[in-house]
Amino acid sequence: MRWLSRSYLTLVYLLLYVPIVVLVVFSFNDSRTGYSWGGFSLRWYESLFNNHAMVQAMWNSLWLALTAATVSTIIGALTALALHRYRFRGKKVLNGMLFVVMMSPEIVLAISLLGLFLLLGLKLGYVSLLLAHVTFCLPFVVITVMARLSGFDERLPEAARDLGASDFTMTRTVLIPVIMPALMAGWLLGFTLSMDDVVVSTFVSGPSYEILPLRIYSMVRVGLKPEVNALGTLLLVFSLVMLMLSQWILSRSKQ
Amino acid sequence: MTKTLLSLSGISKQFDGKAVLDELSLTIGDGEFITLLGPSGCGKTTLLRMMAGFEHPDEGTVTLSGVDITLTPPESRPLNTVFQNYALFPHMTVFDNVAYGLKMEKRPKAEIAERVEEALAMVQLEDFTKRKPHQLSGGQQQRVAIARAVVKRPKMLLLDEPLSALDYKLRRTMQVELKRLQRELGITFVFVTHDQEEALSMSDRIVVLKDGQIQQLGTPREVYERPANVFTARFVGQTNFFPGRVTKIEGERISVNVFGLNRDLRKPSFRVAMNQSLHVLLRPEDIRVLAPDDTEGVAGKIVERNYKGSTLDSVIELEDGSQVMASEFFDEDDPAFDYSIGERVRVSWVDGWEWLLAEEGDEPLTDEEELAADDAEH
Repeated sequence: MRWLSRSYLTLVYLLLYVPIVVLVVFSFNDSRTGYSWGGFSLRWYESLFNNHAMVQAMWNSLWLALTAATVSTIIGALTALALHRYRFRGKKVLNGMLFVVMMSPEIVLAISLLGLFLLLGLKLGYVSLLLAHVTFCLPFVVITVMARLSGFDERLPEAARDLGASDFTMTRTVLIPVIMPALMAGWLLGFTLSMDDVVVSTFVSGPSYEILPLRIYSMVRVGLKPEVNALGTLLLVFSLVMLMLSQWILSRSKQ
Repeated sequence: MTKTLLSLSGISKQFDGKAVLDELSLTIGDGEFITLLGPSGCGKTTLLRMMAGFEHPDEGTVTLSGVDITLTPPESRPLNTVFQNYALFPHMTVFDNVAYGLKMEKRPKAEIAERVEEALAMVQLEDFTKRKPHQLSGGQQQRVAIARAVVKRPKMLLLDEPLSALDYKLRRTMQVELKRLQRELGITFVFVTHDQEEALSMSDRIVVLKDGQIQQLGTPREVYERPANVFTARFVGQTNFFPGRVTKIEGERISVNVFGLNRDLRKPSFRVAMNQSLHVLLRPEDIRVLAPDDTEGVAGKIVERNYKGSTLDSVIELEDGSQVMASEFFDEDDPAFDYSIGERVRVSWVDGWEWLLAEEGDEPLTDEEELAADDAEH
């Protein structure tokens, strides 16, 4: 029975990792066809970086993810604090509405956002993308921060006030440092969500601001170029670094 | 009493329509160790939080050294709090925790370092400055919390059940430590507890609270030996309540019939009338257990014996079914001392050691209060 469970696990992991390994290996393949091994080469990386439109899309995506994650972390943290600290009318509704945004199909959000932007006469481009990305990142940030706040000792802000800190100083020196891991986690979550979003972005982006996922999508439509493998490998390394970073932050904060 | 430091007058507070404090007035003298004692829900913590500035009264005023501070926010009050679960800042070292209050005052760096060291030396933690709170034991965290609160040299230190999370032995050590600190610093301590033993051993004065009202205010000795009412008598220590009836009033003496015996007692401070029923209170240590052939006392039999080391506690059932708690010191030379369960004895007490209380309308205690009182005995 032991060999059965072993081989079952092996199969699962093979299924998970074989496509990724193939992608990484073929990104270093000298052959043009992509189905046979033609020797080691970095030519696809070279051609990727020579592809001006591709590099531009990469920078656009990075900038968009960075700004969307930051904006949604700020708004989300404030929302979480308000929901945690104060009692007000409609608090439950507000809380529930977060989950509605999170659970509703992305396509619904995409269509309604497009409708809204057209109605407002907003030119589709960076601003519309940013607004859309902040919208779908927000609930994730709020929920991450709220989870941290629920375990927060209510006596800490009181202790700070008692020792002479104003409400603002207390927030700066006690509250924010204590919830920092949640803020970072929320930010990273937002960054990742924004980085690889296709559905919403397809609807609300314009020709003035092309982003990476959409660029890849359009490239693949005309046939799989080995360049895409190189790009995929780079993205993989990038997300692994981000993952390790977030784990490191979390483990440090637990000490 | 010395000069008044803090006074509360006519304080009322409601939470969700339920009165937590009810027109309470209290003055606290400079340099005294005062304890707010009561079961949970009696309003003691709310009262403390009102002194700290975390709660504001619906009615009444709080004055500190003659200045009205009723609505002053906590950060502007020259008093500091030691919280129940210490509330140390988890992301700061011990040094930064203690330095926090001084940094808020924007003191120069050198002064901060010196004063933090001094405060930590006072609680014997000078070697722990670089540790984080989670690397300390409960007792050490407690000391940091105290150092953090006293480093600002407050006029008054508010302590909210600071020892309740510690084990028995450590709690005893910290009690002595706190008393020492209070003597050394010479500042007023307001101590909240539900532990009557702690209150008796530490305080200059005890405020016994129930349902947001002061039941009694006095020295530990007054509260223990001359309880003002049935609640205080039951809550502070163990007490035997004997039913008595007044049979004679003559000047400063009255005769009271207890279990069929007539005892000649001092007249109490409250009004008594002939044939009035009243409580005759006796602490277990006031009870004398006598041999069955003694002429004095009431007959009964031993139903429980508990060896407590320094004392021997027994429960004696009288003929009418009521039970008497007795606590005696060992006397190895007394052969009659060691009674066994079921043995017939007589119980009595030394004249003048009893305390009389008028009967009250709202007796007996509810289960909840019984529990709280039981709790407080440990």
